[in-house]
Amino acid sequence: MSAAPEKVAASPSITPASRSTPRRQPRRLSRRALLWFKGALHLVFSLPLLWLIYGVNQGLLGGDPVQYLIHFTGKGALNILLVTLLVSPLAKALQAGFLLECRRLIGLWSFAYAGLHLAIFISLDLLFAFNLLFSEVIKRPYLVVGMLAFIVLLLLAVTSFNRLRRRMGKGWQLLHNLIYLAAPVIVLHYAWSVKSGLIEPMLYGAAVAVLLWIRRAKLVAIVTSARRAV
Amino acid sequence: MKRSDFVTRRVTKPSWAISEAEVTPEAVFRERRAIVKALGLGALGAGLTGAGFSGTAQAGLFDAFSEKKPPAFIPQALQFGRPERFQDLSEPLTGEDKVTTHNNFYEFGTDKTSPAENAQGLITNPWMLKVDGLVDTPLTLDHDDLLKMFALEERIYRLRCVEAWSMVIPWVGFPLAALLAKAGVKSSATHVAFETLYDPNQMPGQKNRFIGGGVDYPYVEGLTVAEAMNELSLLSVGLYGKTLPPQNGAPIRLVVPWKYGFKSIKSVVRISLVNKEPPTSWNKLAPDEYGFYANVNPAVDHPRWSQASERRIGPGGLFSASRIPTRLFNGYEAEVAHLYKGLDLKRFY
Repeated sequence: MSAAPEKVAASPSITPASRSTPRRQPRRLSRRALLWFKGALHLVFSLPLLWLIYGVNQGLLGGDPVQYLIHFTGKGALNILLVTLLVSPLAKALQAGFLLECRRLIGLWSFAYAGLHLAIFISLDLLFAFNLLFSEVIKRPYLVVGMLAFIVLLLLAVTSFNRLRRRMGKGWQLLHNLIYLAAPVIVLHYAWSVKSGLIEPMLYGAAVAVLLWIRRAKLVAIVTSARRAV
Repeated sequence: MKRSDFVTRRVTKPSWAISEAEVTPEAVFRERRAIVKALGLGALGAGLTGAGFSGTAQAGLFDAFSEKKPPAFIPQALQFGRPERFQDLSEPLTGEDKVTTHNNFYEFGTDKTSPAENAQGLITNPWMLKVDGLVDTPLTLDHDDLLKMFALEERIYRLRCVEAWSMVIPWVGFPLAALLAKAGVKSSATHVAFETLYDPNQMPGQKNRFIGGGVDYPYVEGLTVAEAMNELSLLSVGLYGKTLPPQNGAPIRLVVPWKYGFKSIKSVVRISLVNKEPPTSWNKLAPDEYGFYANVNPAVDHPRWSQASERRIGPGGLFSASRIPTRLFNGYEAEVAHLYKGLDLKRFY
């Protein structure tokens, strides 16, 4: 409550200062350029999948590429999720608001990779042995944790349509805040699944920690408002 | 013309000759074809390869990103017998291309394909295998001794990895018991300790923890003397009728088929008879997950995953694998169960 008047008081003092030092122009893109930019993003995120098909076909991924396929798509989903979390800090730093318009697209690519990851696991590793799903999957905590993260991504993907977003009102933002939970959970899923060599999962953990630290003020606000609601 | 000039001219290649490094070794060429065929995924990528991408030009594109690699190891045909009891063909063999391109050999990297990519230059001849410790006559075997000192035989064994995948592999080798008998095991010996080659210059995983998966090298393993003397314990020098490729543990490796794959130590340089349980690499790394015995047991789960079933990597394409229930001692109960009478297998995992 006390922060609000300060903000009001602060804003006029910025204006004279910005007159003396030329304010950076926000970067804008024309509609056409934005379409091209989005097209380029789609290309960037689909190329690794094309490489995967090529690699399997040419035998570059070994005699039994299932593990490779699972790791590749899983890590791909995590990488793209990190990019998603980088969008808003980057947009702020570069004053490039158009980046925010690409965030949904990037998030959906992360979901696509996660879906492939799960589909390959069920089809090529578990070989559709659904009778094993309970005896095998429940015993592996990293799978439970991974499934949890996937459900979050699924919910976010399903509710990503503009129309649904408008209809959901405030609930939409609340739901989509779950991404800040999903990111560390995915890293836990990764760290838990490896037989040895925790260096790489730890690097991912550090990256997620940095991305969450950047928006710590927002996270604190989310937590306190949630507490108040309870 | 002096004689020396003549000799020099004879061995100098003309300028237009391609260097040996540029020629795709026949083994690689054949292997690539076999893999493509085995995957049976030709149709999936037909759109890609059909569009003029196929052939050597494409291979060159990707080779450009990797360092110059030594030529592929060329296996040598072996002479061996085929004892009836080890020729169980009731389960189809895992394809040779899969056995040689899907490996855990962290000394060459932790990806399944890393060993086949990075181990080709491993010097396996000359080699020295020492047998020492509590023996009557310490032995030193060189590369030729490994192939000639004992009668070789082919044995078809199941291999069950602790990661819950499995294969069926025709190994060529000789019983570990034969080697131990030659050295003469002293009665004070209780265990056998094994050690893999330590050579960071040849093994990138030993030089860099990131590549080597954090394992403490040299890789070490161990068995009890009773386990080592069991008829199933094999020292393998080959598979599919030829000498072992480096990624499979050339020139000599252990095969103990009733235990998880990590017990079957590769590229062995030392076998020591000792009087206490020797340290073992995976046990040192995660003692709550990997025990000394590491017997295949569907009733004792890995703390992070179930061991009740396994993914059998079959003879055909991607979809030829199957989920099958895992068997106690990997199905070798008749041969080895007596070794563990009275032992709590849940406690001594």
